[in-house]
Amino acid sequence: MQKRVSAYLALLLSFTGGAGYAQQRFPHPEFESGYVQPEPELPDPRAAPLEYLDVLVLILVLLLASWFIYRKRSRKGILWLGVFSLAYFGFYRLGCICAIGAIQNVSLALFNPGYAIPFTALAFFLIPLVFTLFHGRTFCAAACPLGVVQDLLVARPVSLSPGVSKALGLIPYLYLGLAVLYAATGTEFIICRYDPYVGLFRLDASFLMIVLGVGFLLLGLFVARPYCRFLCPYGVLLGWMSGFSKRHLSITPAECIDCKLCAGSCPFDVIEKPTNGQAAEEKESNVRRFLVYALLLPVFLIGGGFLGGKAHLLLSGAHPDVRLAEVLASRPEVKNDPDNIDVQTFLASGETMEALAGKAREARQKFYYGSIALGAFLGLAVGLMLLRQVIFRERTDYEPNKSRCFSCGRCMDYCPVGKELKQA
Amino acid sequence: MEKDKTYNRRDFLESGMRLGLALAVGAAGGLAISKATAGEWVWQIDPFACTQCGRCADECVLSPSAVKCVHAFDLCGYCDLCGGYLIPGSNEISTAAENQLCPTSAIQRKYIEDPYFEYIIDEDLCIGCAKCVKGCASFGNGSLHLQIKHDLCDNCNECAIARLCPSDAIKRVPASEPYLVKGGFLEPALG
Repeated sequence: MQKRVSAYLALLLSFTGGAGYAQQRFPHPEFESGYVQPEPELPDPRAAPLEYLDVLVLILVLLLASWFIYRKRSRKGILWLGVFSLAYFGFYRLGCICAIGAIQNVSLALFNPGYAIPFTALAFFLIPLVFTLFHGRTFCAAACPLGVVQDLLVARPVSLSPGVSKALGLIPYLYLGLAVLYAATGTEFIICRYDPYVGLFRLDASFLMIVLGVGFLLLGLFVARPYCRFLCPYGVLLGWMSGFSKRHLSITPAECIDCKLCAGSCPFDVIEKPTNGQAAEEKESNVRRFLVYALLLPVFLIGGGFLGGKAHLLLSGAHPDVRLAEVLASRPEVKNDPDNIDVQTFLASGETMEALAGKAREARQKFYYGSIALGAFLGLAVGLMLLRQVIFRERTDYEPNKSRCFSCGRCMDYCPVGKELKQA
Repeated sequence: MEKDKTYNRRDFLESGMRLGLALAVGAAGGLAISKATAGEWVWQIDPFACTQCGRCADECVLSPSAVKCVHAFDLCGYCDLCGGYLIPGSNEISTAAENQLCPTSAIQRKYIEDPYFEYIIDEDLCIGCAKCVKGCASFGNGSLHLQIKHDLCDNCNECAIARLCPSDAIKRVPASEPYLVKGGFLEPALG
């Protein structure tokens, strides 16, 4: 260990011309009493094979979840699998690395040439997406520790009106867009910073995050899975995948008998009723509305991009270089404030104001393009949400909404069809 | 309720979208994997970039912080008048609490032989405030410096201290070489 460190320092010194370091103020003593110099204790980090074990556990959990949903049709199996994931990924691995946070690693890797993404982060990002594309959001049901902790706390779920759900359902798009923007510009990882449940896994958090965490847990008693439905940025990606997934959980194992028993079983309001020809009646006005909304899509796209561009100054304020440059430019008196660590460190570093302003401008430029993309993305999300309102799909059975269903399997227990078959 | 088994327009659109999404995931994954590394990364403080601002004590998600003072003994002068141990202008050179720079008395001073004293960090008491580091760098050899201890560190996806470090001294380093400990300057092999 010590040798390697020495080698590192030799390298460092050869670059920085470290003659200054080599001459010490006080020479190292020559001991005569037989004193043996201790070594600093430097414990190794978690071994790499264990990191790969995490990936393996994730794959196994997802395979088991599919087996429970499609073969066993067992809510109980999903529940206990979820408890295992909560214990492993939550309390044992302390919530890091998780698929939700891995969005930011991938964004940073795609936009920042200097960042090498760890293999595990990439695996945690990709594997659930691939599984969801084939089998629906089983990741949310049984593998995501954040999802499971909310799922276990669903006590008295209230039903939200579809309009409220749809409007709140736009927040994850905003969160996803902001997270990608902030990660891609190298500003910060907001998903990790504002994860309300990680403090629970670690039993340690700042006061603000404890308040937020407890708030979310309490809210989750009545609004089932509040983070998953109205915040989770990874849920947006999973929703896209799940909406077009090859297979998806079906409430009934055979033919739906329209008994309505499952109708109220879903705490997340994702079970959709049979349409009973309603779609055909409204067809004509829907076609007109569809055309209007479709024509409005580019308007939303361009309008969003325009507004995003306007917001780039505000958004870029979170970047450390921009923030420091802004403070120094607008309030030069902070230079005399000994408690302002950032300003004092900058002044002591000897870096010129011009160099800092240059870095800040560069960061702002990135934010300018990023904010336009973010605005356009959000405009598109709003436009498509509206467009989806007028696309009616004929349904003869009670079916879960493929894109929003977490595949938790509660509704399967309510369906009498399978049980009848078993008895027969 | 006969299920329509024919491959209709909607099925075609759906499988088309599925293929599109698979390609998108594949493209993002492919681009990212070209930059992926098999080894893991951990956070570590570059002691030469550190400006001893004191945030390591406060900003870590753990309390107390996973940042601890490490003593590079190779570099230490074993001084009696230690700039890392004694507060400037202390009444006398002694182990009395009022003379200690460390707010938690985490540095143990031990007599070795005249005139040398050994200074050892008690990691259970150290909070990573860097007060001793500043003292040692200002008046001594700079043998005391901060490191992130990997038996304590949770290895957060983004280190909360790194985000706020004013000198960007906290970096991702390969997990195979997880420490940046000063030292080895006395070894002749180094030159």
